[in-house]
Amino acid sequence: MTDRSRTRLVVLQVLVFSLLAALGGRLWYMQVVAGAEYQAAASENRIREVVTPAVRGAILDAQGRPLVQNRTSLVVSVDRSTLLDLPDDGDQVVRKLSRVLDIPYRRLDRQLTLCGAPGAAEPPVCWNGSPYQPIPVAEDVPANTALQVMERGEEFPGVAAEMTAIRDYPAPFGARAAQLLGYIGPISADELAAAEAKEGRRGSTYTNFDLVGRGGLEQVYDGFLRGKPGVKKLAVDSAGNVTGTVAERDATPGNYLVTSIDAHVQKVVEDQLKAAIKRANTPGENGQDRAFPAKTGAAIVMEVDTGRVVAMASYPDYNPGIWVGGVTNDQFARLSSEKAGNPLINRAIQGEYAPASTFKIVGAAAAAAAGYSLNGPYQCSDQFTVPGSTQTFSNFEAGMTESMTLARAIEVSCNTVFYGLAYRMYVEEGGQDAGPNAPEYLMNTARGLGYGSTTGIDLPSEAAGRLPDREWRQQYWEDNKNYYCNFDEVASAADRANDYLRAIAKENCVDGYLLRPGDAVLAAIGQGDVLATPLQVAHAYGAIANGGTLYRPQVARAVLSPEGQVVKNFKPKAQGKVPASNTTVQYIQNALANVPVSGSAAYRYTTFPLDKIPVAAKTGTGQVEGKATTSWYASYAPANDPKYVVLMMVPEGGTGSGTSAPSVNEIYKALFGIEGLQVNPKKAIVPDGNPIKTLPTVNADGTIDLPKDDGLPGSSESGIPAANTDDKKSKKNGRRRRRETP
Amino acid sequence: MTLGYPQTVLSPRRRRGSLRARAMGRDSILRRFDWVLFIAALGLSVAGAVFVYSATRVVPAGEDPQAYFKRHLLNLMIGLLLGFATMLFDYRTLRAYAPFVYIASVIGLVAVLVVGTEINGAQAWIQLPGGFTIQPSEFMKVALAVGLAMLLAERRDGETEPQLPDVAFALLIAAVPIGLVMLQPDLGTAVVMGMIVLGILAVAGTRISWLVALLVLGVVGAFIAVQVGVLDQYQIDRLLAFANPDLDPQGVGYNTNQARITVGAGSIFGAGLFHGTQTAGGFVPEQQTDFIYTVVAEEMGFVGSIGIIALFAVVLWRALRIAVRAEDLFGTLMATGIVCWFAFQMFQNIGMVIGIMPVTGVPLPFVSYGGTSMFANWMAIGLLENVHLRRALR
Repeated sequence: MTDRSRTRLVVLQVLVFSLLAALGGRLWYMQVVAGAEYQAAASENRIREVVTPAVRGAILDAQGRPLVQNRTSLVVSVDRSTLLDLPDDGDQVVRKLSRVLDIPYRRLDRQLTLCGAPGAAEPPVCWNGSPYQPIPVAEDVPANTALQVMERGEEFPGVAAEMTAIRDYPAPFGARAAQLLGYIGPISADELAAAEAKEGRRGSTYTNFDLVGRGGLEQVYDGFLRGKPGVKKLAVDSAGNVTGTVAERDATPGNYLVTSIDAHVQKVVEDQLKAAIKRANTPGENGQDRAFPAKTGAAIVMEVDTGRVVAMASYPDYNPGIWVGGVTNDQFARLSSEKAGNPLINRAIQGEYAPASTFKIVGAAAAAAAGYSLNGPYQCSDQFTVPGSTQTFSNFEAGMTESMTLARAIEVSCNTVFYGLAYRMYVEEGGQDAGPNAPEYLMNTARGLGYGSTTGIDLPSEAAGRLPDREWRQQYWEDNKNYYCNFDEVASAADRANDYLRAIAKENCVDGYLLRPGDAVLAAIGQGDVLATPLQVAHAYGAIANGGTLYRPQVARAVLSPEGQVVKNFKPKAQGKVPASNTTVQYIQNALANVPVSGSAAYRYTTFPLDKIPVAAKTGTGQVEGKATTSWYASYAPANDPKYVVLMMVPEGGTGSGTSAPSVNEIYKALFGIEGLQVNPKKAIVPDGNPIKTLPTVNADGTIDLPKDDGLPGSSESGIPAANTDDKKSKKNGRRRRRETP
Repeated sequence: MTLGYPQTVLSPRRRRGSLRARAMGRDSILRRFDWVLFIAALGLSVAGAVFVYSATRVVPAGEDPQAYFKRHLLNLMIGLLLGFATMLFDYRTLRAYAPFVYIASVIGLVAVLVVGTEINGAQAWIQLPGGFTIQPSEFMKVALAVGLAMLLAERRDGETEPQLPDVAFALLIAAVPIGLVMLQPDLGTAVVMGMIVLGILAVAGTRISWLVALLVLGVVGAFIAVQVGVLDQYQIDRLLAFANPDLDPQGVGYNTNQARITVGAGSIFGAGLFHGTQTAGGFVPEQQTDFIYTVVAEEMGFVGSIGIIALFAVVLWRALRIAVRAEDLFGTLMATGIVCWFAFQMFQNIGMVIGIMPVTGVPLPFVSYGGTSMFANWMAIGLLENVHLRRALR
């Protein structure tokens, strides 16, 4: 061999071993450095998770009547990814399905469009869930239709029909409680990410196949109601064949949510709210000789000693069953349209209105706290003139000129007495030039009674109302300076045509940041810039009624496990004492008790047994610029041993006594079993007219012991089968319901 | 030792001693045999049997889970016999047979184009009765190593390097089978053959400038092939998919992705023999043949993967040692050809599995399932042992 060959062989040797080294290096990187990543990819590769959704818990009223439960239904769902693999993106399949299901093609198409895609409808009409999850397009499908779809599988790729648990609203007594209950919808990507961030990706019980609560109790107590989805981790081979089960976790059904709502009271309140609105629309009936254009309203019944909500209605409402099976575009448009009155909004907690004369309890307590005599005497003049100016404020409801105590001023709702007191407190505070640290008698008392901040009720999107104190005024003026001072340039044409608005703007431009005498005076009667939600007013009246303790309003009573064990008991939560002495509270109580006897609402009690069930109440008639007055009626009863606060509010409804008071009285009649001038506790729709103290019994098999008057169509006395633990029973229940609804 | 051939172990004189002496004598066949090379190659083949079993043991009910395993062992037996036979007769007499081996292989390659069966896009197999297939291109590698070594080992007096006519003739001899293999098309095998040619030419002492020219010619040729459109776009994509699996997501891209996942998932110690989930699930297509290394990597981890490479290192080290120590240039060049063949084919195969080489279907020598490949590999070992046995004792 030549030297050259020998050298070349050495070179070859070096080359060969560098090839080997290159392989070794790459293997080191892949298997040692990045091994974990590839392992994760491998397990993702071979493990398919099959998620069995947990049956969502039922929501019960205080006596165990189901407000929301489940039933099984034949649901047809469409798998988008399968459709998109077809040459025409599955258009033919959707058209065929539309014929078989008898659903318009456009509606199906909308339901199958991902939210955010070009031309997609608004959620929840469009599909807001995972693009890989089968989209339910029709529920309660007749069995023969479902069979058609299933038997012609090759004609309907990606379409499946399955028995699925869906929400069911049995509406005991016909109570809807739509906004209170809320609804459920597919989890959005953002919500899923948020849930994972909170619970950790591994520990998260949310999957992108989940339905989550939206609005109302379904949203707030989602964590208790949703249960835990069952997960089966299946090992699959490359062809997708299942080769074994790696891990399995059965679905845990959701818990029962027991509320303090009484379905029967709820129904009465819903009906009476509607009646009040109708009354407002009817001249004469409403205590006035004109019709008021009322279209909306809210009403609340709360337990005085606990803050528990027994009923809460907001009108207009809707049938909660509308969500089942997917809401259509038109339906959703109606639900969220201004014209239809925004039925999705719970006005009891989200609506903000001038509390008007119901706010006089605040004025009275503030005056007492500021050291003014409760007994007066105070002059109830026709009008109040701000000393040293020409600004006058008139009396709306009571037009009498006499000296009176503060109690009498509350009874007859004399504005001028409160104007005068408010002015004196205002001057004492330092008037217009008071610094930021000046005392604020009225506003501090209002804050102490829970106004100006959310009450903390266990419902979403509660509004805080508004207390226009000096700080707020400064802030508000800065935010609106441009509008006030450049009114003729920036205001809308309609506003510019309004001379009153122009005058106000001109005034505000100059000194709108100051708490002027007029602002202080108007605030004392719950006008001006004061806003409150109906719940805040009921909250405050409840505190006066029970002697001065503010309880956090609460709808949930307890969470029960599917086997009936108490998981969580929501105890009444005292938030604090009202900023008034016991004497003052009692004084106000007495004054309120006289309103139906000899005050502004007395004419509504001629056929009411006040001697047996004394009612304490306050009327309110709120002035709203450009609109008819808001009717308020805040009350509690029995006045000598208060059990319930009942409040009703009807915007553009006329006067408090004329429109709302009769409906509130009807609610009391039902609550206490009042017949004519007699009281028959046996006829009370809550047992003996007392708040429910015990929790309903959920048996280990998931059945509920129901009261005799369960308000459910066709159900037996022994209790209805709960849909979520016993499959057989729930199917039976489902059949029964289908038979009843043609 | 300078004149004629050294005495061979099989010379009649040596046969007279006692059995023990014959077996244990300093130049007995048992002592001159390169046991290290043999054991390393046998180790690879047996490991191959185990991994082939692991890759194919998941079968539909009713089928024999050991079918591939048994046939791999049968192939190994036949391979060992062929290798033994190749070792027995003096490799120098091969020169006489070399033209026939070459021509027979070329005929095989022509036949495969006419009556061959297409598997995975390459028409490289001839179907035999009884379910056996034969892949002539594997034998062609043996023929090339022998044939080129024979051509380039012939030197006229005083010549220290191959002359132009020799090189040109050698290239012509190589071009025919390479061209036929490219027609199948089996690019991987063609490149391996090219490497055998290049290696033998280089060690034969061919001028550097010619070797460089040859390389440039190869690259330009490949470039022209792509430009002129001899290759379809999908073929180019398949070639490039190793770097960018998205180019061919359903085909090669899928394969490379899954192969990488499987290799990486093996981590340091592997999932354990027969415990690889990727392997059991059959996520990597061709995991018993071209992608057998994924099974090694997943089930035996980095340790086992390096173990296989170490066995190859031993084989290549011994083969290079044989090339260096060969009695004559012919032996050296033949061993060089086999080194280039094994080294490049192994690199090409494992490199493709771990994503540093394009996906071209060449089996992993000894380890991959495949009869012809096994036969050819063991014939190559037989040739190496042959050269080893017949070197002069020093």
